[in-house]
Amino acid sequence: MDNLKLHYDVNGDDFSVAGENSSKVKKMLKQLGFSPDVIRCVAIAMYEAEINMVIHANGGFIDVDISPERVKVELQDKGPGIPDIEKAMQEGYSTASNRVRELGFGAGMGLPNMKKYTDELNISTEIGKGTLVELIVNVK
Amino acid sequence: MTGKELAEVTGGKILCGDPERSLSGCYIGDLLSLAMSRVQSDNVWITIQSNINIVAVASLTDAGCIVICDGFSPDEDALEKAKDEDILIITSEKSAYDIAKLI
Ligand SMILES: Nc1ncnc2c1ncn2[C@@H]1O[C@H](COP(=O)(O)OP(=O)(O)OP(=O)(O)O)[C@@H](O)[C@H]1O
Ligand SMILES: [Mg+2]
Repeated sequence: MDNLKLHYDVNGDDFSVAGENSSKVKKMLKQLGFSPDVIRCVAIAMYEAEINMVIHANGGFIDVDISPERVKVELQDKGPGIPDIEKAMQEGYSTASNRVRELGFGAGMGLPNMKKYTDELNISTEIGKGTLVELIVNVK
Repeated sequence: MTGKELAEVTGGKILCGDPERSLSGCYIGDLLSLAMSRVQSDNVWITIQSNINIVAVASLTDAGCIVICDGFSPDEDALEKAKDEDILIITSEKSAYDIAKLI
């Protein structure tokens, strides 16, 4: 079987649809018969990455690659980049604005969640250029 | 416990979703990325957040329902989206603690 590939464009700053692509992928994985455990891991990690794209990086695009062995999600934005990834990975670290904190974002738990719920998390970032986040969840 | 029973014991109001949805367990919190990892399927999620993002979190975590406590109401677009996604939303005047005690 060929891998199933999905592509989504994500608007920056549009909170009303933020997370919608994660919902679509979740539904797709359910239809394909992936286990609840794998679906939960992908849903959490992809949601966090998708939201970060919207609140920190003005949107971008997402590519999802689904095979029976693993689900891979790549999120590319053209945002400001992450100056210190190690710091950003720490629980509780957040530069979220007050405006988005009022909506419930800014716990500084997004990146730690991505780490916790994936088998592989790769981040490449360039200041002023953007960030590429790659998430892999293996099917055990 | 069902959504209908929860609404009855807490004096809450069902705004949308299936009243017969079965519920178990509970998480209380207003920070979305904490809720994202803590809310388990079928959980009652009690929060004062009322914006559209709570619907995405509830849907992605398979939460049993959202209870918006302390007399807050969901934003209009949040309610619309919850109807589309068939997410059960209950509002209550009670505090999160008082609601949780009654579950
Ligand atoms: N795509 C991105 N572009 C630029 N900066 C980012 C990006 N993703 C994360 N960051 C930076 O890393 C910090 C930590 O991210 P993380 O997702 O853990 O927390 P948060 O988004 O601030 O809050 P939460 O996810 O809990 O709502 C952010 O506050 C931001 O400074
Ligand atoms: Mg985040």
